[in-house]
Amino acid sequence: MTIDAVAGVLAVPAAAAALLAALPDYRVTARLNVVATALTFACALSLFFTRPPPGSYLLVDDLNSTFIVLTTFVAFTTSVFSSSYIGHELAIGRLTPPFVRFYHAMYQVLMFAMNLALVANNIGLMWVAIELATLTTVLMVGIYRTHEALEAAWKYFILGSVGIALALFGTILVYMAARPVIGEGLEAMVWTALVGRASEFDAALLDVAFVFLLLGYGTKVGLAPLHAWLPDAHAEGPTPISAVLSGLLLNVALYALLRFKILLAANAAALAPGPLMVTLGLISLVFAAFMLYRRRDIKRLFAYSSIEHMGIITFAFGMGGPLANFAGLLHMTMHSLTKSAIFFAVGHVAQVKGTQRIADMGGLTATHPLLGWALAAGVAAIAGLPPLGIFMSEFLVVSSTFARSPLLAIVLVFGLLVGLAGLLLRLNGIAFGEPRGPTTKAEASYLPMFAHLALVLTAGVYMPPALVAWFQNVAGLLG
Amino acid sequence: MSRIGFDIAHLLAGSLVLVSFLELYQDRLYALLNVFAVHALVLTASVAWQAFIQDAPHLYVTAAIALVFKAMIIPVALHRMIVRLGIHREIEKVVGVGPAMLAGMGLVALAMVVMLRVTPGAEPLAREDLAFALSVVLLGLLMMVTRRNAVSQVVGFMSLENGLVLAATGAKGMPLVVEISVAFSILIAFIVIGIFLFRIRERFDTVDVQALDRFRGERR
Repeated sequence: MTIDAVAGVLAVPAAAAALLAALPDYRVTARLNVVATALTFACALSLFFTRPPPGSYLLVDDLNSTFIVLTTFVAFTTSVFSSSYIGHELAIGRLTPPFVRFYHAMYQVLMFAMNLALVANNIGLMWVAIELATLTTVLMVGIYRTHEALEAAWKYFILGSVGIALALFGTILVYMAARPVIGEGLEAMVWTALVGRASEFDAALLDVAFVFLLLGYGTKVGLAPLHAWLPDAHAEGPTPISAVLSGLLLNVALYALLRFKILLAANAAALAPGPLMVTLGLISLVFAAFMLYRRRDIKRLFAYSSIEHMGIITFAFGMGGPLANFAGLLHMTMHSLTKSAIFFAVGHVAQVKGTQRIADMGGLTATHPLLGWALAAGVAAIAGLPPLGIFMSEFLVVSSTFARSPLLAIVLVFGLLVGLAGLLLRLNGIAFGEPRGPTTKAEASYLPMFAHLALVLTAGVYMPPALVAWFQNVAGLLG
Repeated sequence: MSRIGFDIAHLLAGSLVLVSFLELYQDRLYALLNVFAVHALVLTASVAWQAFIQDAPHLYVTAAIALVFKAMIIPVALHRMIVRLGIHREIEKVVGVGPAMLAGMGLVALAMVVMLRVTPGAEPLAREDLAFALSVVLLGLLMMVTRRNAVSQVVGFMSLENGLVLAATGAKGMPLVVEISVAFSILIAFIVIGIFLFRIRERFDTVDVQALDRFRGERR
């Protein structure tokens, strides 16, 4: 392979993983981790200007370069947050140096796997990459080795494996559908070749394949009722991993689903994938919105909020059409930025308070003003209050739905309102009221958090025309 | 393709489903591991036969991986682990043998109905292979939900993967990339599981997953 930007987004994390596994000192490795993710982000940005032609294994187009840039950016800011977070975990002895070494190496392997899944043009390769991403996150979720962490990792491992096994079966079925048309061998697994001739495929086989793919990758997206692993994995792993899981890995799984949705849409006789995605999306939204009320663990609370938002995004993509796809893309971007900012804040809050129990933290804006207000701003954003970015995207989803099927829009708005009330109720207990718990000063890295929140605010107030045009272009690709 | 070639492929794929049923009602861990080894052996034979009739030599590699890795190394390793942990007692089940077998039959019927109906165009061997493969996958899933013991859940997962390999080899000319990656992923998965079992033992002195349920974060 020649040296180009695609090689960069894959080779940098791979090399960094090897290097980080070899170096002992955490101060060096934490910085190296930041440098590596920054380099990967730079490579990803260059994809906007120059991109290699599609091959049998790799492909870069407007759709996945959007995902890659978002992924590498959040990965970069998370690594900045992670260095201060991990420093604190080392100081209190929750993690030992060998585990930190392992953690940093795994962080880069995860980046590699996610980038590979995004640039893969071969549906088999994409599956392998998502499996690799799952395995690395399983290891990281279990890294604290407490009872809860082990249980969460085991559950995630079992449910994740079943999900990817079903996805592989779906992948094999897609190959079976393609083989009579394209012929045997590698070509029949290349996505660009598949899409080009999808109209000649056997529709019934494609239908069954999509059901398996939806269940398989849908498990990884965290759609209800396949979401059971998600709250545990978010709550028990290190917080930077919760941020990466929520902000990035769920998107990557959704991306895989979108690729197959485009494939099905190219065959007129196949079943329409939209209604299935709309149904699962709405179920996830309403279910997660109600689950927000009884949460006692702060990270679990925001994990359910992630299920809710993945539901909205899946719903929007399921509706399809230029406007709904645009709204879905925007919502996905805003959700990634906001949710990771929230997890940055939550990570530091849990560290200064020494607990994740919501009941043991109160009056945060009084004890730790900066952290408290950042969390409050993040929750206001994720709940969809104006003038922040998520309000915009949710408004677009709702208005485009109202124009086409008002009944669905009513369910959607109902779910949104229930979720909003639940989040604000919890926020009231955490950020305001009587101060509880330790009041020691937080040694936090505020920059990533505020950078994300500033971006979300800017997007809510003013979207640059170039960005709007770009998203419209990508929305057009999604059909 | 010759009539006898088709019949043998059919026989082997069908036997895999049958061995899946045998796994389903084993209630001792040793016996379960032995049956799993047979499962992997039947898979090996099936893959090797596919390699022969499709004239696809690379499939022999897949067969060899199934033979060495799944039929030998994994059962032996798990056997040792069980001995060391001292957990060769009865398997705790969520559902009894009768209902589990009935559910299994229902799943096989479902697999046949779904796969045979959607693939009338495909050649007979491929479509029946696919139907058998889906049966094995579903039976593996069923086993995972009817067992509480971590070791038997792992065995359930591995027989599920065997079903996937059967499907992949039945799909004529499918690139080797995928098969090797399947084998690799099993290897990785096994390492992961090994680590977990080790850690679980460290903490609980048991590999009964129910012991873990007590620590569900939900109840805090």
